[in-house]
Amino acid sequence: MIKDYAGLAVKNLKRRGLRSYLTLLGILIGITAVIALITLGNGLRTAVISQFGISSTEVISVQAGGVNAFGPPGSGVTNPLRLEDVEAIEKLNGVERAVRRNIPTGKLEFKDEVIFGVIMSIPDGEDRKFVYEELNINPVEGRLLKDRDIGKVVLGNNFLTEKAGLSNPVKVGNKVRISDKTFEVVGITEKKGSFIFDNVVHMNENDLEALAGYGDKVDLIAVKIKDKGEIEKVKEDIEKLLRERRNVEEGEEDFEVSTPEAELETVDQVLGGVQAFIVLIAFVAIVVGAIGIVNTMTTSVLERKKEIGVMKAIGAKNSDIFFQFFIESGLLGLVGGIAGIFFGIIIGFFGTIGINSFLGSSASPKIDLILIFLSLIGSFLIGSIAGITPALRAAKQHPVKALRS
Amino acid sequence: MAKGKREVIRLEGVKKYYFMGENIVKAVDGVDMVINHGDFVAIMGPSGSGKSTTMNLVGSLDLPTDGEIYLDGHNIARLSESSLAQIRGKKIGFIFQSFNLIPNLTAKENIMLPMLFQGLRIDERELKAEKLLELVELTDRKNHYPNQLSGGQQQRVAIARALANDPDVILADEPTGNLDTKTGEKVMNFLEEFNRKGKTIIMVTHDPELAKEHAKIVYWMKDGKIEKTTKTKKAR
Ligand SMILES: Nc1ncnc2c1ncn2[C@@H]1O[C@H](COP(=O)(O)OP(=O)(O)O)[C@@H](O)[C@H]1O
Ligand SMILES: [Mg+2]
Repeated sequence: MIKDYAGLAVKNLKRRGLRSYLTLLGILIGITAVIALITLGNGLRTAVISQFGISSTEVISVQAGGVNAFGPPGSGVTNPLRLEDVEAIEKLNGVERAVRRNIPTGKLEFKDEVIFGVIMSIPDGEDRKFVYEELNINPVEGRLLKDRDIGKVVLGNNFLTEKAGLSNPVKVGNKVRISDKTFEVVGITEKKGSFIFDNVVHMNENDLEALAGYGDKVDLIAVKIKDKGEIEKVKEDIEKLLRERRNVEEGEEDFEVSTPEAELETVDQVLGGVQAFIVLIAFVAIVVGAIGIVNTMTTSVLERKKEIGVMKAIGAKNSDIFFQFFIESGLLGLVGGIAGIFFGIIIGFFGTIGINSFLGSSASPKIDLILIFLSLIGSFLIGSIAGITPALRAAKQHPVKALRS
Repeated sequence: MAKGKREVIRLEGVKKYYFMGENIVKAVDGVDMVINHGDFVAIMGPSGSGKSTTMNLVGSLDLPTDGEIYLDGHNIARLSESSLAQIRGKKIGFIFQSFNLIPNLTAKENIMLPMLFQGLRIDERELKAEKLLELVELTDRKNHYPNQLSGGQQQRVAIARALANDPDVILADEPTGNLDTKTGEKVMNFLEEFNRKGKTIIMVTHDPELAKEHAKIVYWMKDGKIEKTTKTKKAR
């Protein structure tokens, strides 16, 4: 029987005008948003993570100022970290190594063009190895900096193209002027998919100190721990140590100690907020869509009043009429859902491709079959629930009155 | 079976009043009627005399304000909506002046619809519909939609649809009202043929010639009442 009603409903849907299908826009937008969000979801996350160069190794980073983890480190800090802080942290139990990092901004000139960018200090010896490993930095052309390199720099991958802001690509062996001193480019790094690391200038600490004159001030301390399992404890120890050294109370820290987990959590929180917002929009769209379906179905009950009378005259029970309209309404919702799934996947797919080409990441879209299945069921349910009142109204038509209409 | 003896329909003091604010419209005002199996009855009368209302009451589409209606010996005057639907689906076949086919169903699908409401399987429905299409000589039009058929053809589809569940009684409300004389004649011939095959037919018309020519018994209605009953030459 259900199959027969569905057959009748499909015939009725086929003769419907564009107007009926326009009312499906709400459901379509809602389902599109949800499907696109999920299809895009992983791509967005990977893109954001690679953007900010959040490393997966167990490294704690310490910054002064308590500014957000993604801001330019050390910028606008009143009470900067000092070299003694680095030394004190290194003495803590559980800490294998604490490395000072300075990341000032500077002016770079090449072939009569000027850009402003971030310069990153590279320490000597074992610390150098640690920084390269931790940040996973490798040369794509030339080499990385070595101890005792003087007047030499390595540039991020974007300098190979116009993306760094220069119309001429920079090659190994070229000379660039940084803050009015000349440096030789000895290498270009591999593409990282991050606007920080792909645009950065690497410089040995001595050169950079001479250039920027930051003395014993430190922008960031990278802390390597001995045992991955102790990361939270070491983090708390560092916080305690710095509170004492800087004489601040718990809860009023003017510095930030962050672990990769914490940074990922922040990313997920932001993405979660975005997702919640989109889901809210989707929900509103679907509610609006459901009201649209109620409207359309009510109209067609009125338009087909005579037909209802005829069907009753040839033996249709109230339940027969009810199920016809109920299923028709469900299928109407389903049509919106199918269209939404279609557009959602398209958006998710091309969105991921767009993100990848824009950020140089390599995320892949996620086709979630369970979600698609649920969306199909959901859109049918929304449609049929919206159809309950109109279908009851259809079923309750008095046969004679309906026939006379 | 003694032809013309078994009683199919009995109306006793049937009234149907419509209450329109202050006014009472006495559409049917005390009708008594007995119709036997195999009768061909015409209800004659001017427009507004209560013919359609009477027919709808007989066809269990509506309940009377007062009086009793017996269909096959069962009183249907106070049944529930869903029992009425069951009864009319099984025992009554309706034919309307304006054909009233479902526009988005083909001829064949229209004929199959009443059987769907009786819960018949699809193959049974198909088989029966094909037979009925043959009876009304429309096999070659079975996949046509109503708007692709002439008025006469649509009415023949409607006749086939009325016969779908093998009802005892066919109710035809001005079946030729929207047709020209020649096409109307063909429709009437089909009705007569089915009457010969044993169907009880009640036809509403305001055309006295049509009534005299095809019916056996004519009820003359006026102002909701039966004025007189006459037998035509067709009644032996
Ligand atoms: N649902 C209704 N509401 C109010 N008046 C009605 C209704 N149905 C019929 N009538 C009135 O009852 C009278 C008889 O109607 P009807 O049976 O259709 O007449 P006929 O078929 O003989 O032309 C008419 O005056 C008509 O206006
Ligand atoms: Mg009438």
